[in-house]
Amino acid sequence: MSDLQTLEAEISAAIDAATTEAALEDVRVAALGKKGSVSEKMKTLGKMSPEERKEMGPALNGLKTRVGDAIAARKEVLKKEALEARLASETIDVTQPLRVAPAESGRIHPVSQVTEELTAIFSDMGFSVAEGPDIETDELNFTALNFPEGHPAREMHDTFFFNPKEDGERLLLRTHTSPVQIRTMRNQEPPLRIIIPGRTYRCDSDQTHTPMFHQMEGLVIDKTTHIGHLKGTLEEFLKAFFEVENVELRFRPSFFPFTEPSMEVDVKCDRSGAEVKIGEGEDWMEILGCGMVHPNVLRNCGLDPDVYQGFAWGMGIDRLAMLKYGMADLRAFFDADVRWLKHYGFRPLDMPSLMAGLSR
Amino acid sequence: MKFTLSWLKDHLETDASLEEILERLTMIGLEVEEVTNPADRLGSFRIAHVLEAVQHPNADRLRVLKVDTGEGEPVQVVCGAPNARTGLKGVFAKPGDYVPGLDVTLSVGKIRDVESFGMMASERELELSDEHDGIIDLPEDAPVGVPYVQYAGLDDPVIEIGLTPNRPDCAGVHGIARDLAASGLGTLKNTEKTQFNANFDANVNVRIELGETTEDCPAFGYRVVRGVKNGPSPKWLQKRLVAIGLRPINALVDITNYITFDQGRPLHVFDADKVSGDLVVRYGKQGEELVGLDGKTYQVDESVVVIADDNGVESLGGIMGGEVSGCDENTTNVIIESALWNPLTIARTGRKLGISTDARYRFERGVDPTYTMEGLDLATKLAVEFCGGEPSAPKLTGEIPQEERMIDFPYSEVKRLSGLEVSHAEIKAVLTMLGFWVSGTGDVVKVSPPSWRPDVHGKADLVEEVMRIVGIDKVPSATLPRMEPVSQKVLTTSQIRRSNARRALAARGLDEAVTWSFIPAAHAEVFGGGQPELKLANPISADMSDMRPSLLPGLLAAAQRNADRGFPDVALFEVGQVFLGDSEKDQKVMVSGVRRGTAVLDGAGRHWSGNSEAVHVFDAKADAEAALSAIGVATDKLMVFTDAPSYYHPGRSGALKMGPKNTLAYFGEIHPQTLEDLDIEGPLVAFEIFVDAAPEPKKKPTKSKGAFVAPDLMPVRRDYAFVVDKGVPVEKLLRAARGADKALIVDVTLFDIYEGQGVPEGQRSLAIDVMLQPTKKTLTDEDIEAVSAKIVQAVAKSTGGALRS
Repeated sequence: MSDLQTLEAEISAAIDAATTEAALEDVRVAALGKKGSVSEKMKTLGKMSPEERKEMGPALNGLKTRVGDAIAARKEVLKKEALEARLASETIDVTQPLRVAPAESGRIHPVSQVTEELTAIFSDMGFSVAEGPDIETDELNFTALNFPEGHPAREMHDTFFFNPKEDGERLLLRTHTSPVQIRTMRNQEPPLRIIIPGRTYRCDSDQTHTPMFHQMEGLVIDKTTHIGHLKGTLEEFLKAFFEVENVELRFRPSFFPFTEPSMEVDVKCDRSGAEVKIGEGEDWMEILGCGMVHPNVLRNCGLDPDVYQGFAWGMGIDRLAMLKYGMADLRAFFDADVRWLKHYGFRPLDMPSLMAGLSR
Repeated sequence: MKFTLSWLKDHLETDASLEEILERLTMIGLEVEEVTNPADRLGSFRIAHVLEAVQHPNADRLRVLKVDTGEGEPVQVVCGAPNARTGLKGVFAKPGDYVPGLDVTLSVGKIRDVESFGMMASERELELSDEHDGIIDLPEDAPVGVPYVQYAGLDDPVIEIGLTPNRPDCAGVHGIARDLAASGLGTLKNTEKTQFNANFDANVNVRIELGETTEDCPAFGYRVVRGVKNGPSPKWLQKRLVAIGLRPINALVDITNYITFDQGRPLHVFDADKVSGDLVVRYGKQGEELVGLDGKTYQVDESVVVIADDNGVESLGGIMGGEVSGCDENTTNVIIESALWNPLTIARTGRKLGISTDARYRFERGVDPTYTMEGLDLATKLAVEFCGGEPSAPKLTGEIPQEERMIDFPYSEVKRLSGLEVSHAEIKAVLTMLGFWVSGTGDVVKVSPPSWRPDVHGKADLVEEVMRIVGIDKVPSATLPRMEPVSQKVLTTSQIRRSNARRALAARGLDEAVTWSFIPAAHAEVFGGGQPELKLANPISADMSDMRPSLLPGLLAAAQRNADRGFPDVALFEVGQVFLGDSEKDQKVMVSGVRRGTAVLDGAGRHWSGNSEAVHVFDAKADAEAALSAIGVATDKLMVFTDAPSYYHPGRSGALKMGPKNTLAYFGEIHPQTLEDLDIEGPLVAFEIFVDAAPEPKKKPTKSKGAFVAPDLMPVRRDYAFVVDKGVPVEKLLRAARGADKALIVDVTLFDIYEGQGVPEGQRSLAIDVMLQPTKKTLTDEDIEAVSAKIVQAVAKSTGGALRS
């Protein structure tokens, strides 16, 4: 028996000494392989007397099982150690910074974003979006809109003109998006609810005026809409746009050739700081012009002003963007300075919607 | 339009406070732009008594004064004014006071070794007039120590309103008072007419010689006052003129200016002794000129209406009088003119000659025609009052137009257009107070606007009158009724496409720019523009002269500007309109972009993970395809051509088309010559997409995407390498391979391009991976062999290529 104990002790020592799975395999072959030390002992069982066998059988089988278990256990340990060593060797510095993903880097221009914000609000109120060309006729930009002959807006110092054609017609760059009102009223049957965003042009250039700017016009034509609706619509719109609980508006009588009565709208705000805060404060700031569509304009579109009525308003998209998002200089809108675009631009997946809020 | 509070109160009996008046002005459409009170600026100046004036020891022209300021001990003041004398009562400014006319804050000073503790002020130093010949010299009874503004009645706020062009009636204080009175803020005063007994007829004749176009001067009223003594106008009148920024000249001239602002009625005065022969209203003649009252010389021509005598042009009718025939201190006989002029002609002449006068301002808006002779009477009255003399009977050449405007006005219009509930009685009262004639008792009345309201023509105008006087704030807000229970889709295909393209490109790291619609002519020409019909007649600058034929010139210039600021790696795009002609259909919507430097999709510049290479034609192609895909184009159906416009690199650019005729996009490197023409530097790649060239999406009966059928059988992949001539486009080979067996071949991918050893000169090896998807049974080796043979045959037929051995 002492042989077996000695053998078991030797094998155990060999197992413990094995530091790799390969070395352990060598130990297993040396003990349990075909010619292994334990296997050789097992072969001697056949030649033994029944008594001896009765004694040695269990002893040898026990030895074989214990050696097998010890190797398996050791194998697990070595495998785990090997994995740990591999993982340790694979360590990398995860603080290394990534490249900025394209979707994180690209920006939407504030004019586009604000236009989509306006569209989100007005589409919910049943307005669709109408558009028209930048190069317009004098008729659509002025005459049909009830601008009298000799009106200063018709002069070269206000309006960009093209050279007269052979027949004397002189095209121009539209000075407002109002020609699209005429185009729509002439081509569609009321009831009408449209907004008209677009580029407009005037000979003007300073910090708050650029020769090109963006306007959004609105038009409602039906048989019942009056100034009360105009007030309500603009109040709701401004509240939604500036994302504030309340806005206080002041409607002042004013004058535009294409509306009668005409009004300018001031919004109550706080102008004490560097940025204008809508919905608080005690200052008034002019924000848009509006009125009931002038009977002559309706007539010019083939609509009977005793039957049809409605309102129109116009406002600067760039100006709304400046008021909401705090840009100070209109000229920067058109400079494409990437520093400005990154600062004031919007992320590509920030789509304005009413259900998720217009802005983050 | 400027006036003072006390001036307004000449015409309006009211207890309202300044704040109430200002608020009401704005709310009835006379927007208050600015309110200033000289008292705020001059409040610290007090009346002082010069107790003693002695010669300065060190300066001949200076005197040393001992001044009683009304508080404490007398102070010593050094003064250079010639009229500084013992006993003078004047206006004292103490150290610490701000003197507006000098723009300095006083401190204790030493003048030629004598200390001075303040100053005695002149009118110019207080900005009260141009008077600077001496210090203010007040009557002996002026109370020492009292604030000068209080004594002089300068505590009178100056109100400036922004007048809309439709309200000439409020270019006079009387008209403003009428509006305020109608709104319930007081009672209108000064409504009586002036009467005269005339003893003689004017010895001057006025003829209007305008041929057919009598509307350029329909009426010319005038009167002679003889034996006047012209001098300074009364202080109260001068003070009002100064308060609103006018310079007092002499009584006769000041009267015309005063009535211009008091009644909105411009007038002119001629010195009758300087006029030779008849006054003739006629058109100017080429070569004639006039030295105006402002001292400047104006050239007139046949478009300008002038008043001339035997000596030539004496006045620009309704705009400005001439210096030669103007009134001065020596004038003894005066012709007072009250005429009517054509607003359009006045505006045109004013613009042409660059003259802005208070007369032009009023005549181009429309002066009340029926007030013509009353204005003349008022001026005559003041002239006689200030200057004495004897007035002639008034004369009138031409005819005062009698315009009858009668509006049938249903009271219900107020409710219909404004939503405001106003009783018939109140509507009638408001209109009547404003001077409208209202007749009738039923639901529809006849209304005639007053002669001073040329802007009122119809029912809507009357609604505006009622609403602005009753108050727009009284109109209850209402909600537009919903048209549909759930909001409908409102955007057009083009609008949706632009939004989607914008988001897709920004998600690829490009920044959206908005650049000018007009660009330099040279840039337009490089990009196929510059047509005469797209050139502005009056560009704001030479750099903004031509409508852009492409978005690229603006974007390329913007990329260069960024590079010049130290940001060479930029990716920009724009969604906007280009102009191929001046008709509506020639305006196209484009989506275009540029990448500069190393601004590739993964990011620009150096990075530990690998540095970015210079932008490449395939970066632009990828952007173009991504944007096209975002606008709904099936990009796998597109054909690539190599006929991009000439501003692209001819060998590194392409066109994406749906069929040979319908181009959807261009992409490529920018041609080196283009860079040179635009004076910019690369590397630059660009793309342009014609948004509206993509076909409208087909309307489908349902939104169903159809059933998904997962194939039961495994796909099989096979690789092939073909050797083809270098001129053969890859796309041709891929198309041939794909078409070899449409039932089995589901995908063909190019995975390698090789040229060099093992491949003959002038040829290249293109390696493709073909995926076969069996649907009925597993493919046998024979089946696969058969497909392979078809592929090889198809490629050979299409490209001349053979399998690489």
